[in-house]
Amino acid sequence: MAKQVLNFTVNDEPAEVLVQPWDTLLDALRERMGLTGPKEGCGTGDCGACTVHVDEKPVASCLLLAMQARGHSVRTIEGLGKPGALHPLQDAFVRHGVPQCGFCIPGVIMAAAALLAENPHPTEEEIRYGIAGNLCRCTGYTKMLAAITEAAGAPVGRRS
Amino acid sequence: MRRFELVLPGSLDECVKALAQAPADSKLLAGGTDLLPQLKNGLLKPACVIDLSGIPRLRSIEAGNGQGLRVGSAVTARTLELDRAVRANYLSLAESGALVGSVQVRNLATLGGNICNAAPSADMAPPLLALDAEAVITGPKGERRVPIAAFFTGVRRTVLAPDELLVELAIPNPGSHSGGSYLRHTPRRELDIAVVGVASQLTLANGRCAKARIALAAVAPVPVRATAAEQALEGQAVTPDLIKRAADLAVEAARPISDQRGSADFRRHLVRVLTRRTLTTALARAGA
Repeated sequence: MAKQVLNFTVNDEPAEVLVQPWDTLLDALRERMGLTGPKEGCGTGDCGACTVHVDEKPVASCLLLAMQARGHSVRTIEGLGKPGALHPLQDAFVRHGVPQCGFCIPGVIMAAAALLAENPHPTEEEIRYGIAGNLCRCTGYTKMLAAITEAAGAPVGRRS
Repeated sequence: MRRFELVLPGSLDECVKALAQAPADSKLLAGGTDLLPQLKNGLLKPACVIDLSGIPRLRSIEAGNGQGLRVGSAVTARTLELDRAVRANYLSLAESGALVGSVQVRNLATLGGNICNAAPSADMAPPLLALDAEAVITGPKGERRVPIAAFFTGVRRTVLAPDELLVELAIPNPGSHSGGSYLRHTPRRELDIAVVGVASQLTLANGRCAKARIALAAVAPVPVRATAAEQALEGQAVTPDLIKRAADLAVEAARPISDQRGSADFRRHLVRVLTRRTLTTALARAGA
């Protein structure tokens, strides 16, 4: 079966890559474009480690065929901030020392970034709901909440 | 993942033609949240997959003036959760959309996928039954409409022929004196499958119940209406006592099995509790 040409936008740049029909968006980003920020944890949409934005909405990139992203705009953690110009969430995650093993962190930050874009001042309950699709095997959720709360400009520990 | 050919139709006509020419075991791909895991684990091995994401009509929602709602089969759970028109008059459907998976899954998972997969626990099925929705189906022989209650024929089975696809759900406007609610029980709050789900819709006229609909998920091979409970409510002034009686009657419509998610007895208990709660909420919303 012939490869297909995928034309889309990745981190604000137009991109054209050859993909197999059965490649997922995650495969295309990691294996064909070298964007290894999104991770494959479960491959079934349960863990959220592969979270990227498609047209600014958070999706599990392991559940989307690469060709389904044709014509769409994809953002990975690599396109969220840059060294020296970190996204407020990245900055807060560094200062709070959130990552333990770090595997879940890109997905968590992308989920949290989508939440804050839609709801700049979420309650603690809304933050918890916003990252409910992200599993952290190190169970480092407390620092995540603190970092996201701080990045949202709300006092740490605010209750809903 | 196992290899397959991927067809990318750009219109409904192209899709119908592609489906007619494709091998019988071909699969339609909407959100992929059910299909991709089954392709990955080898449960399904189609030679051909047809992607629906490039067909604009399937992704549209239309709410005409008092004309009811048309929801394309590839509209996502997240859109149902947030759409103003859906929330205004079809709140139980929005509530069921909000319960599916995580936000990362809800941005992909579709109404049509939830319905066509025909899991007994499908969250969006009970609201559609309670709202008297019709499935609009198309194929080589043209379009046909099937009441949603007749759409499901068994566990993971529907009336769809191999060369047909679900285009949209047509839902009549229940009117301003109507209210609905969907609730389900899951051991885990997020990303879980319903042990039991119940949708209720009550329409009032002159202080009495003009129309009642109660639909149950995960208590039979297909989603079912609790018609005896509905009949007990219709024509009556809806009191807490009557709601309790209706909840008891709803249990009779359930034919649950015992499995790892819950025993048959627990499911019957949940039908009673969730019917009472959804009716109470539906009544408050109908009066508001």
